[in-house]
Amino acid sequence: MGHAESVGATQARELLVETTTRMFRDLADPQAVVNARDEAWKTALWRALEEAGLTRAWVPEALDGAGASIADGLEILRVSGAFAVAVPLAETLLAGWLLSQAGMRVPAGTLSVAPVGEGEKLLLDPKGNITGRAYAVPFARDAAHFAFIAHKVRGRVVALVPRENCRIEQRANIAGEPRDDVLCVGAKPVAVADAPENANEEALRTMGAAVRAAQMSGALQAILERSVAYANERVAFERPISKFQVIQHNLARLAGESAAALAASGSAADTIDHAESFDESVFLEVAAAKIRVGEAAGEGAAIAHQVHGAIGFSGEHALHRFTQRLWAWRDDFGTESAWAVRLGKLVAANGADALWPMLAAR
Amino acid sequence: MSTPIRFDQIRLAPEIQALRAEVRAFLHGEIAAGTFDPRVSDRESGYNPGFSRRMGERGWIGMTWPKRYGGRERSFLERYVVTEECRVTNAPVGMHFTADRQSGPILLKYANERIKSDILPRITRGECCFCIGMSEPGSGSDLFAARTKATPAKGGFLVNGTKVWTTGANHADYMIGLFRTSASTKENRRHGLTQFLVDLKTPGIQVNPIADMSGTRHFNEVVFEDAFMPEDHVMGKVDLAWQQATSELAYERSGPERFLETASVLFELVRVLGNAPDLRGAEGLGRLVAQLHTLRRMAVSVNGMLQAGKEPVVEGSLVKDVGTLWEQALPARARDLAAFVDASSPARKTFDEVVTRATGIAPKLTIQGGTTEVLRGIIARGLGLR
Repeated sequence: MGHAESVGATQARELLVETTTRMFRDLADPQAVVNARDEAWKTALWRALEEAGLTRAWVPEALDGAGASIADGLEILRVSGAFAVAVPLAETLLAGWLLSQAGMRVPAGTLSVAPVGEGEKLLLDPKGNITGRAYAVPFARDAAHFAFIAHKVRGRVVALVPRENCRIEQRANIAGEPRDDVLCVGAKPVAVADAPENANEEALRTMGAAVRAAQMSGALQAILERSVAYANERVAFERPISKFQVIQHNLARLAGESAAALAASGSAADTIDHAESFDESVFLEVAAAKIRVGEAAGEGAAIAHQVHGAIGFSGEHALHRFTQRLWAWRDDFGTESAWAVRLGKLVAANGADALWPMLAAR
Repeated sequence: MSTPIRFDQIRLAPEIQALRAEVRAFLHGEIAAGTFDPRVSDRESGYNPGFSRRMGERGWIGMTWPKRYGGRERSFLERYVVTEECRVTNAPVGMHFTADRQSGPILLKYANERIKSDILPRITRGECCFCIGMSEPGSGSDLFAARTKATPAKGGFLVNGTKVWTTGANHADYMIGLFRTSASTKENRRHGLTQFLVDLKTPGIQVNPIADMSGTRHFNEVVFEDAFMPEDHVMGKVDLAWQQATSELAYERSGPERFLETASVLFELVRVLGNAPDLRGAEGLGRLVAQLHTLRRMAVSVNGMLQAGKEPVVEGSLVKDVGTLWEQALPARARDLAAFVDASSPARKTFDEVVTRATGIAPKLTIQGGTTEVLRGIIARGLGLR
């Protein structure tokens, strides 16, 4: 009798998934987004997400948030991935989490976080302003505020900084989403608080990796479903291509990749949810999820495109909404390679006899 | 798609992990006593009646079965951790594992009371070995092409024909065999096959070992010449074997044995790379660990869902498809990663031996118990493609 979730918690999560799914289906259907002439859909979607409290999922009720669990928030983001949603919902959730860790109030509107790359460091100068450069900050130009982690002489702070106090150098990922560099030269925060132990760059990158793993696993589910549906519709050589064994086997492989992604990201979510701190078990789970889901993203996107043929490569078809994001999300909060090196080093340092006990710990 | 793939989050409860610790301690004792070498996965040395008897004494064979048949009425997750610890150490489970995983549950479901009370307790004591008679010279992946015939005779059936690649038949007491009782029909080519419990001591049955390419002799040819099967040895319905055993297959496909068969290669890789590997070694190792971790989480989830009465049939098949390909690729990937480790390194010799052995058995991993191609057909059906 493994500890399954309580029936109540499971039902509540299923309801949350249903509600979120409906919202994205109505307001951010990927084909409707491709067909749209402008980005008005983003405003309507964001308003709906805010009204439903989803943008403040990880803000405790005491700070006027929804007080959702880490796992519930990651479920929301998995669903957002299944619709290839291109608004900074994930980033706003992460910023809400980071600010609440330091007991700070979380402003309404879009948010993003920094630094997200390994080895990057922002500084809090004696006047209380932020200096430094953060690279590839997701949706930086669309964020009203940033939640930064910055260093003072001793210890770290979490700082809430309005975007207009920073310089934005625009860059984009392969999906055309902002991955801007943010340059702070004495950028003035509107609020600063000491960061507790659990709110450091490493913890933020861990949360970010879990977030991207969840989004990618949602996108993989979506491309599997779409590829199966397309194979059943599309007729070639006088029959639906789903009747060809080679297509069936390619889709079975895609199902395997999608399944691995779902299991790995779900396991990481559940582990963070029940962990006291960002310990070794969280590291294993999140590293494994970011690595394995990232691998699945590459393999899965390739199969989905091959099954869809030329139409899937066209600008008018929605498939690229998913595949471009799958490619791009692999790069955020640490690539598969970066996480694999860290995980490999840990395993090697612990020694051969410690590996199985670590894997079999839950 | 028919039903979306899902993996419930299962955390192994403390009492299950306590059982794991108990099994681990037992296995360490056996290794220390020289019963087996955890670096050697070998079907031949995997048959060890003394070891199976000691597993039986601890209640670790048929542990999910009813107590009145010698079982312990424990959960499938408890069985899962016992299997996992045995597999990861290459424990010699060959004598009892087939009966524990497949044959016992078939008897539980289809055998009469007399047979159940006779055979099941012997299985749980580790005194009774089963094999599975499916493949034939002209019928492997295509099970429904089986031609070994069971023709009605007074009080039962007479069986004639040949089964082949039957793992462990040279040691087994019984076989669960699939025989043709009627011709297939135009409407249903799967019709006409029946499952039997076969006592291998029956006159008219001859077992001939076949060496495999690695030199091991666990394969057999089993020849039937007018071998008599009593009526009550029919397992399930005559001609309708194809309707049976759909949900049981999820157990069979999602066990840890579907990804741990070459695991000793990974442990030896860690040893040979040392405690501070170069970037290439660290990345390769990290990816392998991430992949194995993911497979484990998939398998634990499937077993937890089965325990909860769900039927994760597609998920179970996916574990086997992804898992067997992974364990098959592992020796070659480890070989690459260790390519620049010096020949004088102390761990090199053992690593090379383990990789050589694993490379030798790798081809069978995606064939035994249903090929990759057959599995993908099953997955495709689950996805709504056929």
